Amino acid sequence: MNSQKKGLGAWGIILLVMLYTGVLIIAPILALIFGAFSEGLAPAIKTLGSSIFLDALWLSLKIALLVVAVQTLLGTIVAWIIVRHDFRGKAFLKSLVDVPFAMSPVVVGYMLLLLFGRNGFLAPIIEPLGIKVAFATPGIFLATLFVSLPFMIKEMIPVIENLDRKQEYAAETLGASSWTIFWRVIFPQLRTALIYGMTLTFARALGEFGAVLVIGGGIQGRTETTTMYIFRSLDERHFVEAYSAAILLGSFSVMIVLIADSIKRREEKHQSQEEAVERL
Amino acid sequence: MEISLDHRQSKTRTPERLLRASGLLYIGLMVLIPLIVILQDGLRQGFAELIHQVTLPIARSAILLTLWTSSLMTIINAVMGLMTAYALVRFEFPGKRVLNAIIDLPLSIPTLVTGVMLVMLYGPQEVIGRFLLEKFNLQIIFAQPGIVLSLLFISFPFVVRNIQPVLQDLDQTQERAAATLGANSWTIFRKIVLPALIPPMLSGSLLSFSRAIGEFGAVVIVAGNIPLKTQTGAVYVLGAVESENRLGASAVSLILIGIAFIVLALANLIHKRWGSHK
Repeated sequence: MNSQKKGLGAWGIILLVMLYTGVLIIAPILALIFGAFSEGLAPAIKTLGSSIFLDALWLSLKIALLVVAVQTLLGTIVAWIIVRHDFRGKAFLKSLVDVPFAMSPVVVGYMLLLLFGRNGFLAPIIEPLGIKVAFATPGIFLATLFVSLPFMIKEMIPVIENLDRKQEYAAETLGASSWTIFWRVIFPQLRTALIYGMTLTFARALGEFGAVLVIGGGIQGRTETTTMYIFRSLDERHFVEAYSAAILLGSFSVMIVLIADSIKRREEKHQSQEEAVERL
Repeated sequence: MEISLDHRQSKTRTPERLLRASGLLYIGLMVLIPLIVILQDGLRQGFAELIHQVTLPIARSAILLTLWTSSLMTIINAVMGLMTAYALVRFEFPGKRVLNAIIDLPLSIPTLVTGVMLVMLYGPQEVIGRFLLEKFNLQIIFAQPGIVLSLLFISFPFVVRNIQPVLQDLDQTQERAAATLGANSWTIFRKIVLPALIPPMLSGSLLSFSRAIGEFGAVVIVAGNIPLKTQTGAVYVLGAVESENRLGASAVSLILIGIAFIVLALANLIHKRWGSHK
């Protein structure tokens, strides 16, 4: 398949691509790593152990986990009805799912502010009930839920499309309830995609900044997430704090996505092996 | 077999109905209502007021800055994405697997962290940033090149990952035939390979453009938020929200949403019509 002898042009392209990725992607990553440890490990460790940072990290983790839980359940349901159901407005529903991809995070935060802010549309309803959404944790949760909405659904749609329907019918013919069919027949086929979608959602939720900044306000100790901690530290010129938090957040996100990638790849390899065996 | 499947679907059972209702309710509440609210708020004072708000000098310059930096990024990304995909599919070279893994990194790195990285590399106090500033009078951070760089970082995977599968599935017999007939490799690329890659390149580029229109986390750190000079549309909205300029915030938000949606729809259209992949 690959051209065996490479001309000057081929080497030129390879060099250019290497140079481009080196300058664009690798150099900034290295700069962050060197910068965070420029004053040795001690200040970085001190930052990451400080209660302000730990509070922010804990809030981010709680929100991200909750978002993943909601997205896993409802995202799978949305993907399911998109694939298996026929109803009017399905095309519209599908394009609505894409909306968060094209929406600026700041605008997302602003929309929520229009809904839940002081003079918001829903203020007459939620204020008498004593519910606080804007500049409080529920607002951050909703903002994060919005921006991470497409990931699970987009991950599940092709997998549900490829489900082996014959197995479901076989199980039904044998008298299995729909609950049993779901857990014993459908769920095992969805598991890898579920894990992958959950990881992507988690990473996206953890890294959300713009929407959370607008709706949450970044009140230290109350609505300050990890990204907002980094932003505030930069603003206050506490560079070591900002850099060490950034490197922790960045490497953690990259790591979990890499793990999910390897799980997915192993599964695909496993499947193609099984198919090869079947063909024999 | 297929017919009986569809028949089974049409008489939906109660649990399935419940499922559908909850899915529709979720998307309706989460996406549709906020969209309607911002549409209503942006057009509340009429269309003329919307136009007035987005043509005020600071707002207009912010929108134009967003548009031209995103366009420049899209062009560079299209060309470099095409080359990267081509190198990854057609050539063997040391470090290929590492390169392939690096491409996805921008997707998992929070954009705020991307901004921090670029400041640490090109910031005026850093070694490289100072060198570029003193030797070439080139300022990257708190200037427009920084915006383009951060957009390039964030959108790098889009074009590459759109082209790669199409190139992998491309039938090479035509190319071999052309080579046998004495065509040189540049002619083969231009006449046979490139036409097949243009649709995925276009849809990937448009996707990255619509993503760049709203980019905030990296840009707000790198650009420094100087009105008329380095303030992008998204950063303008933040400023307008903070100064309680609701008319300006809603108007510019609507413009950003409008542009991003149109471009995204175009990308999806190209993908559907010419995305021969699968």
